[in-house]
Parts: sequence; structure tokens; C-alpha cells
Amino acid sequence: MTTIDTRATSATTDGPATAGTTGVARLDTVAAWLTSTDHKRIGRLFIGSSLAAMLAATATGIVLGIERTYADREVFDTAAMPQLFAGFRVGLVFGVGIPLLVGLTVAIVPLQLGSRSLAFPRVAQTGFWAWAIGLVLVVVALANNGGPGGGNADMVDLFLAAHGLLVVGLTMATATVAATVLTSRAPGMTMRRLPVFSWSALVASIMLVLSLPVLLGVLIYLFVDHRNDRVAFGGHTGIGPWTAFAITQPATYLMAIPALGLAAELIAVTFRRRLAVRGVLFIGLGLVGVAGLAAVTQQQLFLVRWRGSGLSLDEFGSTFKDLVPWALFLGLPLLGALVVLATGAFTAKGARPRLVGPFLFAFLGVGMILTGMVGALAYPISDLGLVGTVFEEGSFIYVVYGSVLAGLGGVAYWAPKWWGRTLPNKPLLGLAGLGFIATVLASLPYYVAGFADQPAGAVDFDYSGPVKLWNVAVLAGHTLMFVTVAAFAGLAVKTFTGDGESSVDDPWEAHTLEWATSSPAPVQNFADVHTVASPEPLLDLHAGPGDPETEHRP
Amino acid sequence: MTQALPAAPQPPPRRQVLVGTALGCAAGTMLVGGMLAVWILMRERVVATGEPWVPEDASIPEVPSNIMFISFFALLLFAQWAVHAMKRRQRVNTGLALGTTAVVAIAIINAQGYVYSQMELPLAGSGYGPMFYSITGVFLVLMVIGLGYTGVTAFRVLGGREDDELVISHALYWYFVAAAFAAIWLFVYVTK
Repeated sequence: MTTIDTRATSATTDGPATAGTTGVARLDTVAAWLTSTDHKRIGRLFIGSSLAAMLAATATGIVLGIERTYADREVFDTAAMPQLFAGFRVGLVFGVGIPLLVGLTVAIVPLQLGSRSLAFPRVAQTGFWAWAIGLVLVVVALANNGGPGGGNADMVDLFLAAHGLLVVGLTMATATVAATVLTSRAPGMTMRRLPVFSWSALVASIMLVLSLPVLLGVLIYLFVDHRNDRVAFGGHTGIGPWTAFAITQPATYLMAIPALGLAAELIAVTFRRRLAVRGVLFIGLGLVGVAGLAAVTQQQLFLVRWRGSGLSLDEFGSTFKDLVPWALFLGLPLLGALVVLATGAFTAKGARPRLVGPFLFAFLGVGMILTGMVGALAYPISDLGLVGTVFEEGSFIYVVYGSVLAGLGGVAYWAPKWWGRTLPNKPLLGLAGLGFIATVLASLPYYVAGFADQPAGAVDFDYSGPVKLWNVAVLAGHTLMFVTVAAFAGLAVKTFTGDGESSVDDPWEAHTLEWATSSPAPVQNFADVHTVASPEPLLDLHAGPGDPETEHRP
Repeated sequence: MTQALPAAPQPPPRRQVLVGTALGCAAGTMLVGGMLAVWILMRERVVATGEPWVPEDASIPEVPSNIMFISFFALLLFAQWAVHAMKRRQRVNTGLALGTTAVVAIAIINAQGYVYSQMELPLAGSGYGPMFYSITGVFLVLMVIGLGYTGVTAFRVLGGREDDELVISHALYWYFVAAAFAAIWLFVYVTK
């Protein structure tokens, strides 16, 4: 055994102490951030940018909510509604959900693995810039009547090209995460000893690497076709149908995989237990990864017939053909998420939790994701009559907002490793509750309105029932989510710029290697490379053999 | 705070370049596979309407596309020769193998250009044109990336680095491009 003092000197950290006071020093700091190959900085760039995009996306949701609340008259320019719908969807998936979770994995996975750096950090950095520039250009194109159904042909072209650039950037960044997990683990860290979050990052990364290029191929076709003849893919009206598979369930589950991994890890930390049946947990996360196969189907839904009195043998063949993809793409990921939850419950059984903000964020976020998955499972069943209604949007918001809530929990949990400060617990608990209420309000009314046949993607409709109530509730939900994210960002900035409590190296008595280094972590992460002998190396230090905490030792 | 864990020596690199290349190849496979799937779907739709898939005034030159296909065998042979030579630390032979790999790659790119010039297929005027140029354009991009990979590998090897993994990864990339072209050749040039 050797004793490792891994506390970083101020010259090697990213903490507030390094901020220069002169203009030149500030410029140096900005340049260092923009060109950094430190994975923690690249990850934080992803996280910060995606939170900013979240504010823009929720603002778009608010505008759509106002327009749908007053469905009988025009509040905003209704000609811009296709762009707003597209901006909302594309923004939430490719501007917020995926990059937020990619940012977390880029920033944390090397630390969890005991690695000194990310594999191919320059590729990750290039990926960030490709994504960021692509996202800005997507916004520019949508603002100028581009995008699906857009009337400005040049801006439609710009939208397609920028969307492609964004997809390339995300693929590059996720590939570096997968390569890091596969090649840069500490000595003794076998795949079975991987931290759960790192395993979920590996599953999500590989599935994104496999599914995003399919979308890229479609975007290339759409761009070349739209730029020239607009025969094969229907011009600007074809963009929505051809790319919708990437911004609907089950493809959106891919962003939920790291959220589930984070929740499982936080269950172990919060309940001070070793994770039970890790193998089963890993399988559960892998099952959610099946959602990535949705990319190869190029379609949005399956027509699943559901007859309570049984199936007609004459039509069994066609029903079976619908049931298989339905069960495979929508049922298996839900089963995987339930397995993760069940193993978490088994781990927590009989233990008393510490009520900490990050755990509450992650726990509530996963609950929202599960509710969205159940909705997505019900949506294609033809006898329910939900196809073409806002029910699907409710499911979408559950999954995306749930993933964002879990992502915020991850930011709060790992903040000490980036900024050397811990976010105050009480405001975090309040924000988690607020985010939960916001998510329920933004999505649950659409589950109800779906049964009342409120059409999807429309702002002009009329149906029997309290139309205004459902849409006002959704509007309030988006507004509350905007407030939640803005307040979280404000709390983080306030804490990290000097008012916050300095963190010890391991404020959570956590289990994994990232807590073995100083807070904030130095540029090279670790002074020495650690040898790992179990899935919870730090818990081995905290709890001796015979301690009740070790009862679930695998 | 100080944590105590057993220290270990710096772990040896675990084939990072090879794994990275494999991930890139997997992504590329999905890109080309997805594009071919859409190609087949669109072809079926057009044929079902009774319209010709390939515009009647366009002819697909089969000889250069077949030559491109055959050339990949030579390219893979040279890429594998580079691996063989590198494992035996024969730097000159490795450089020669990489050079010939690059020459064949340039020849294939040239052949693709020749196909374009022979077809004289306009981009506009049919649904086929944009799709043809999209998928063959992606193939050309993969070729150019491969050429860059060969260049970087050659510089490193000739610069004195005895890096088996890099040369193996380089060969793996060319195997992927060869497989991708085999699929494109079958669906775009042979069955059309």
C-alpha cells in the first residue's frame, strides 16, 4: 500500500483560483478553455452549452404552449409553427438531452476508470465544436424559415447541413467515450468491475455510434436531393418523416441510459450499500440499449392491434409481425429500465438513505423516464386510438425532461471534482421537486389530451373536454422547467464563483475511483495509477470486511 | 484529504488506435448500410410504380466499377503486406507497402471520377441522380480519409516509430472500406 496525496496545486486545477484578473489573463483563460484537451473541460463545455440550449428549448415550448392554449386564435405567426415544432424536438434531443449526457460521460468516465485522460481528446474537442457550430447553424436556419416544411430553400439546405454537422460532432464525442472505457481502465478494473455509470456510458456510446450515422446518411440524401431536384424525398416536406425516427421514442431512450446508470450508482452511494446483482444490472442497461436498433427501422411506429377477446387466427400472421418490433423496440428497453430499478430496490432494501439533492434529481428523473417509456409502449396500440395525437409528445417530454433532471443530478453530484465546491443541499432538494412538478405538468396533460384526440404538431384544433386546462398545464410545466434550469445554473454559478462551500475530496463517501483524487481533480486526474480489486475500491477503504455495508458483496 | 490505494505502474496502452479505428469502422458501416437500405427501399418504390429506376438516358459503366472492385483486392494485399513487414521490423518494406496502398487508393478514386465522366448523369432531373451521387460521394470521402490514414501511417513508420498497432489499424480501415465498396458495387453498379 502506498499513500497517495493527490491534492492538486492551484496551478494545475480549473478552480476559481486560476482566473486571471487582467484582460490578457482572461483572454488566456478563454483560449485555454476553447482549445483544451482536458476531458473535464470538454465535458463541461458540453454541459454548459446544453443547459443554455435547454433554456432556449423550454422557451420554445412556452411559445408553443401559449399558441395551443389559445387554439381558437392566432397569438404568434402560425406560419412559423413548423419551425418551432422542429426546433423544440431537434433542440431537446440533439441540443440538450444527448449532449448533456455525453458531456457528463466525457467529463467523468476517465476519472471513474482511473485513467489520466480521455482516449482521443482532440477528437472529442473537435466533436464539441462541430456540435456547437452545427447547433448554432440549425437555430439560424430555423429562425430564417428553414428546417422541415420551411419556405426558404437555402435555409432548408443550411438546416440539413448543420444537422449533419451536429450529428458528426456527437458521434465523434461518443466514440471517444466508448474507446476510453474499452482501452483506458485502471489495472485490475475488469469489465465486470466497471462503475455502473461507466458501463451505461459504454452502452449508450456504442449505440449512439451505431445509430447516429444512419441519421447522417439520411441527412446526406435529403441535402443532395433538396439542393437539386426534390424528387426522391419530397423536398422540405419530406424532412420530417425521414428524420423523425431520431427524435421520437425509442431512439430517445439512448439519452436515458446514462441517466439510469447514474441513478443506480447514486442508489448505492445514498443507501451506503454495494450494488446487488451487478451482472443483472448490467444486462438491464444493455436491454435499454436495444432502443438503438430503432435507428435501423426508419419508421416511427408499429400498428399493434390489441383485442381483449383474443387474436383471430386468420390475422395472427400480420399481428405477429407488428408485435415483434413493438416488443423488441419498445418493450425490451422498458424491461431493462425496470430491471435497473428492481436491482436498485434490492440494493436499498432495509437501508436508510441520506436525502441528498443529486440522488433526488436522479431518482425523480428516472421515474419520469419510466413513465415516458410506458406511454411509448401504449401509444402504437391501435385500439387505444392514440396515433397522431399529442400523447406521443407527452411521452417524449417525460423521457427528455426526465433525462435532463437526472443529468442535473449528475452535475450536482460530480461538481466537487470540477469546481472543488459542493452545491448546497437544501436548494437542490427544492429544485429537484420543482423539476419533477414541471415535468409532470409538461407531459401528463398530453397523456390525457391524447385520449381526447388533441392532434399532434398542431396549434389549431377543437375537441370535447377542457382543452384550455390541459394546454395551460403544459404551458405552466415548460415555464417551471425553464425556471428550474435557470435557477440550477444560477445556483451553480453562485456556488462556483466563490460563495460555495469548499468540498472535501469525497463528500459523499462514494465508491468509485473519481473520489480518490483531489477536488477539483488535477489536469492529469491522478498522481498515481490505482490498482483496483473490486467494483467499489473506495468503499473497501471506508468499510472493512464484516461491516454491514458489505453484505451485497458480489 | 488523502486516500490510500495500492499504486500501480502506468498500464501499457491497450490498443487504443485499433479500438478507435474499429469504432470508426462500425460507424461507417452503419452509415453506408443505412444509405444502401434507403437506396433499396426507394428503388423498390419506383419500380413498383412501373417507372424505370435508372434514368433511360443514363448508362452505368460496368467495366471501371468492376475494376475498382478488383483493385480492392490489390489494395488489401498491400495493406496486409505493410502489417507483415512491420511485424518483422522491415521499415523499408513497410514504407513500400504503404506507398503502393496509397497508389491503388488514388487509382480507385480516379476510377470513380471516370465513372462520373462516363455516366454524365445530371444531378437534377430524377430521383436517382441525387441518390447516386450521395452514396458514391460518401464512398469517395471514405477513400480520401483512408488515403490520409495511409499518409499518417507512412510518415510515422518512416519517421522511425515501430508501431504495429497503427499499421494493423490502418489495414482494418481498408478492410472496412473494401467491404463497404463491395456492398455499393453489388447494389448500385451490379443489380442497379
